[in-house]
Amino acid sequence: MSEQQVQEAAFSPAEAQDQPLLSVRHLKIWYELKRFGFLHAGYVKAVDDVTFDLPRGEAIAVVGESGCGKSSLMKAILGLVHPHDGQILFEGKDIWEGGNAAMREYRMKVGYVQQDPYGALPPFMTIRRILEEPLILAGIKDKEERMERVIRSLEEVKVTPPSDFLNKYPHMLSGGQQQRVVIARALIRNPKMLIADEPVSMLDASVRVEILKLLDEVQQERHLSVIYITHDLSTVRYFSKRIFVMYAGKLIEKASTYEILHNPKHPYSWALLNAISDPLAENATKLRDIPPGEPPSLITPPPGCRFHPRCQKAIQGLCEVEVPPHFSVAPNHDVACWLYREEAEA
Amino acid sequence: MGFLKSFFRELRYYPSAIVGTLIILALLSLAVYAVVAIPYHRAVFLWRGTSDVWYRNPKMVPPEWVNYFRSKKLPTTVDLDSRQQGLVQRNEKKLGKGKQIDLTYTFNYTADEFPPEVVLYFYPTYASKQPFVSGEWLTPDGRKIRLGNFSVTSGYSFHVGQDKDIARRLRRMLGVDIPPGLGLFVDPASLPKDTSQPVDQKALRPLKGRYTVHISAITFGPQDDIQAELLVYGGVHGIAGTDHLRRDLTVGLLWGAPVAMAFGLISALVIGLATMIIAAVGVWYGGVVDDLIQRITEINMVLPFLPILIMVGIFVSRSLWMIMLVTIALSIFGAGIKSYRAMFLQLRESPYIEAAQAYGAGDGRIIFLYLIPRILPMLIPGFISAIPSFVFLEASLAVLGIGDPVLPTWGKIIQDAQANAALYKGLYYWILEPSVLLMVTGLGFALLGFALDRIFNPRLRQE
Ligand SMILES: Nc1ncnc2c1ncn2[C@@H]1O[C@H](COP(=O)(O)OP(=O)(O)OP(=O)(O)O)[C@@H](O)[C@H]1O
Ligand code: SF4
Ligand SMILES: [Mg+2]
Repeated sequence: MSEQQVQEAAFSPAEAQDQPLLSVRHLKIWYELKRFGFLHAGYVKAVDDVTFDLPRGEAIAVVGESGCGKSSLMKAILGLVHPHDGQILFEGKDIWEGGNAAMREYRMKVGYVQQDPYGALPPFMTIRRILEEPLILAGIKDKEERMERVIRSLEEVKVTPPSDFLNKYPHMLSGGQQQRVVIARALIRNPKMLIADEPVSMLDASVRVEILKLLDEVQQERHLSVIYITHDLSTVRYFSKRIFVMYAGKLIEKASTYEILHNPKHPYSWALLNAISDPLAENATKLRDIPPGEPPSLITPPPGCRFHPRCQKAIQGLCEVEVPPHFSVAPNHDVACWLYREEAEA
Repeated sequence: MGFLKSFFRELRYYPSAIVGTLIILALLSLAVYAVVAIPYHRAVFLWRGTSDVWYRNPKMVPPEWVNYFRSKKLPTTVDLDSRQQGLVQRNEKKLGKGKQIDLTYTFNYTADEFPPEVVLYFYPTYASKQPFVSGEWLTPDGRKIRLGNFSVTSGYSFHVGQDKDIARRLRRMLGVDIPPGLGLFVDPASLPKDTSQPVDQKALRPLKGRYTVHISAITFGPQDDIQAELLVYGGVHGIAGTDHLRRDLTVGLLWGAPVAMAFGLISALVIGLATMIIAAVGVWYGGVVDDLIQRITEINMVLPFLPILIMVGIFVSRSLWMIMLVTIALSIFGAGIKSYRAMFLQLRESPYIEAAQAYGAGDGRIIFLYLIPRILPMLIPGFISAIPSFVFLEASLAVLGIGDPVLPTWGKIIQDAQANAALYKGLYYWILEPSVLLMVTGLGFALLGFALDRIFNPRLRQE
């Protein structure tokens, strides 16, 4: 697909709102463990049976403590790791069907912003070259056109004046500028979907808000679908409409940002919120220190509800036996907890 | 290219790097000069030394500059050829059907040592009867020594210094037994008074001054002619001296430079790049590809490198290119694979590689544009330091007798010197010259390599 087509497709009026841009169905990302380099020794079940939809033009946040499988989920969505089971449908098509060509085409429509901005930029390339790479891969042969788009995207992320930065190397930029370049690179091909994996967690507190505001602006202007990953609940209000709470490889609560912040249902979500004295405070304590107990092993996760060893509300004889399904407690508010089995039925 | 600029800026702060660079530049210009001044085929021809190219050179003599360090100066070669204008006085007169040709050679002898050889080369042209020649040697103090009478065929050479008849005449004149090569030049005052004792040759001094050699030839046909060349060989030659085949070592030493540079640079470059590419491919594709590369490397690393090279040299070909090919083939899957692999394994996990994959960079692009450029700067110091080891390898093989059969190389010069017992004979220059060049080459690359390592590696650790 040429760049022209990509652009057209991005703003095509034929886009049906009813079909979600991305659908994840029963996704399992299991990393195989090997003994002596070849004997099977079990799996790390980093993502285990995750299902959700990402509507067009909407921003969602995935929140969870460190090691719960957020990055694995994102890598699977980017097609960087092969799912053990389940499907990832982009515009209705399984990204793994159709071979390399289809995967390349899919990747043209997805942008990726990583956690460590310096690590995400090849240190031996100039900013100009870094931004040109995705364009070269999109088959844009015209040097002037590439240059024009590089400049435009630097302006968009407010790395100005662009001419001062084109020939610089990443280490000559500040962390915030580096992350802006990463964002520019993710946006330069006008993707439909942006995946931001903890985009501000390695930045100084002072530039975090700016970067989050920039992402929000871009999302609004471009009508982008965004998946924003964080372990810091205090940053989500900047732009996501919906929050998915993830725990030990599973999504345990899916609701609007407002609902999660004001009316959380899952006991783990309560713990998350309690962890932030003022949920809207910018520099709230990181949640990972607070919930009592240890996050469970992903190799041999607890049976039943994975949160039960840490849950104060656990229902004896049920929670440690049966995996809770998602109960809908309100429109657009699902929770995987046995506490809501009646409420949902009602 | 800002990278290169800053690199050169930094290089200035390392004096060793500057010295190393200067040495390398000097060697490279020497190499270029050699190839331009003496084209390949000419070099091979000269070094073969079979034809008459080198007969005017003395055999196994040190370079001329040794005279600066000696109190007793060695002579330089006197070459008087009647075929060349103005060197030899020539008189002709008709005699019967033929001619009488008188050739007078004069030269000034100022050295403190005797010349190693004196030879007369004759170039007659005759229809049927060979010209008849007689010669006479005049010393500066006016003594006359008859050299003899003989008829000359073409290509005839008369070794004055070894002639028995001249020896007899000298004994009659000087009263002692003395080789003619010495007797023709000796200062009678330096001869022992007691003539019954054998002559102590070390005590003899040559007589300095003007020597004259008269050659008188009679030809018999109307078209017949004769030319003759007097060679009083010197005890020193050129800027590098000569070897056992009278070859001027300058040719070999000069040509040794491009050969050594080519061998070292090509081997180091090809091995370095190939190793890196293979390591990157293995790490990137992983699985069977990586396993295969690892196993080949492990097997290759236990193969006996030198014995294989020697076997190839004996049974296949000793050509420099063949040896280089085998060296490269055996070194590609070497220890380098393991160390590059470790670096690539780490690099493979870096976020920028993941990002590149996510925006659709293919395997080839990632290997060549993302993985390799990242560790290339780390490779450069090692690459520079590896060059001399290949230069030394070539020299060692040459010393072991696996040198290129036609090309002159520094190693082959050392081997010739060794085969001719140069050290035993005190011909130190013969071994020292190529050895010094080898050592200087090693030093130059080592100095630069070490400096580069210091420049590149701290920066890489910072990044
Ligand atoms: N390639 C892999 N092989 C084996 N295990 C892996 C691999 N990648 C991740 N894991 C494991 O999977 C689990 C989830 O990792 P993941 O990086 O997805 O977590 P995360 O939620 O992004 O954590 P963080 O907040 O620290 O980034 C971790 O226990 C991790 O050790
Ligand atoms: S399912 Fe049971 S253990 Fe799990 S969170 Fe709900 S109450 Fe707690
Ligand atoms: Mg992560």
